[in-house]
Amino acid sequence: MAKFILNGKSVAANVDGDTPLLWVIRDELDMTGTKFGCGIGTCGACTVHVGGRATRSCVTPISAVEGASITTIEGLSETGAHPLQISWQKHQVPQCGYCQSGQIMQAAALLKDIPLPTDAEIDAVMSGNLCRCMTYVRIREAIHEAADLMKEASHVKIA
Amino acid sequence: MRKRNLYSVFIAAIVVLGAFSIYAWYPSIAPITPPTKEQFSANVIAQGKVLAAAGYCSTCHTTPGGSPYAGNYEMHTDFGTIYSSNITPDVQIGIGNWSEEAFIRAMRTGVSRDGHHLLPAFPYEHFNKMTDEDIKAVYAYIMSSVPAVSQQKIDNGIPFPLNIRFLQSGWKLLFADTSPFEPQADESAEWNRGAYLAQGVAHCGACHTPRNALGGEKRDQMYSGAAIDGWIAPSLTTSSKAPLKWRAADFDEYLRTGNSSFHGSAAGPMAPVVHAGLSALSDSDIKAISVYFGALAGNHSDNPANSSALKAALASQQLPDPRIDNGARLYAISCQSCHYSSNELNKGRPLLSLGSALHLDDPTNLINVTLDGFRANQGIAGVVMPAFRDALSDEDITAIATYLRQSAGEQPWPNLKQKVAEIRLQPRFEH
Repeated sequence: MAKFILNGKSVAANVDGDTPLLWVIRDELDMTGTKFGCGIGTCGACTVHVGGRATRSCVTPISAVEGASITTIEGLSETGAHPLQISWQKHQVPQCGYCQSGQIMQAAALLKDIPLPTDAEIDAVMSGNLCRCMTYVRIREAIHEAADLMKEASHVKIA
Repeated sequence: MRKRNLYSVFIAAIVVLGAFSIYAWYPSIAPITPPTKEQFSANVIAQGKVLAAAGYCSTCHTTPGGSPYAGNYEMHTDFGTIYSSNITPDVQIGIGNWSEEAFIRAMRTGVSRDGHHLLPAFPYEHFNKMTDEDIKAVYAYIMSSVPAVSQQKIDNGIPFPLNIRFLQSGWKLLFADTSPFEPQADESAEWNRGAYLAQGVAHCGACHTPRNALGGEKRDQMYSGAAIDGWIAPSLTTSSKAPLKWRAADFDEYLRTGNSSFHGSAAGPMAPVVHAGLSALSDSDIKAISVYFGALAGNHSDNPANSSALKAALASQQLPDPRIDNGARLYAISCQSCHYSSNELNKGRPLLSLGSALHLDDPTNLINVTLDGFRANQGIAGVVMPAFRDALSDEDITAIATYLRQSAGEQPWPNLKQKVAEIRLQPRFEH
């Protein structure tokens, strides 16, 4: 029995220890905002936060997160008003939308470590998140804008 | 004449064997009725609980997911597979009928209550450095607070003649350090406290000191690094290959949090040392251990934050053209989102070129971590690294490791791909 905290709530799943965290989140706990992309940790679609750090859930065995605190796109902001979610809409970043929850979770972790990133810093941290619609220019713009929003409104609760 | 010579040799052999038998023989210590909890003071039990944690007793005496202290934890040694003993207070199988005297003798000399010699996987050489008071406290804790579990011990897989316990006495004669802990008058009280804990209950040298062909610790190379349990325990002395010198403050941060920003994270067998073991110790005891190892590492105190070595490590993150370097390409998509550190270090973004894994002569630690990542109870608590075992091929891991080794300014590891393939098939260290 795997036990951990998902978006602030204690959860448990009766699965084998080597089951990927992504499968547990999607199939056992019915949180489908996180997507399955490549299954080998090289596209970023499955990115969630474990202990506040961006983590590829498709290659993280459930046994590794015992007792850990996990945040998915559903838990990033209670109202869906994280600065990244606002700037994402404003810049119309999502095209097909498949990669966006992973992109946003990775970007949110980036902004916690590097609050005002340069283009090069965004590229370095975000290059493991693929977008098949090629919206990389918009992703970068949205991250810059979210960084500015967060700097201005430091009262906004950041997950 | 020849007959007489043979006769003399025969007599001499008998005498030596007889003397060795007397030396090797230990009497059985009479079994006792298990003591009750009321026989021990609450303070002593509490002290024993801390010391038992700081000695990782349960780490080696518990199977993954099994009953604490009930034994059968599997250890792979150069001499065969061994299984730890049941040290719960169970009267039949555990140590329930061991007197305090028998427990102290076992902790100091590696002899069981019934007189048979214990194997040196049990680090009695180190526990012998502990005071009687501390050993008695551990006894009090185990006898009063550990639930008795009637779990039979699995037989060791040590081949003849190494399995003759009698011969262990010879091993002790040749290799065991039987000296008590000696405080150093010219060192501070804090250093001495750290030395006492590190050499004694925490038995740091059991992993970090290299051993000779027969498994004896090479005491003239104390803490200079060794292979253990499928990992490399790095050097803790001035021979450390870490690009930034370990300071007492770095040891303190590492032992308290499982990670030092200037070095790296506690992986493999070191993870339970930090999180299941030393976490029980007070801040002042951790600081004392750090002062001791800080001195052994050369007493460095300069803040590395502005050092040229750190600047070089940060600059080494500049990727070569990923269209040309496959290792850099794989690193960029699989690793860099977490390990990229911009212009300054961030505790949650380990800068790999600072860690010992890339600078050791042996790539084992890097390969282990790439294959199996970090669980939430390893490294920085609550944070994980994914396991790339089923995601990256041997070729992929070899390419990434080759790129990282080069970016850290080191010569390529020989036979790297073969090493990756071998380590992938090894049984995993489990805790």
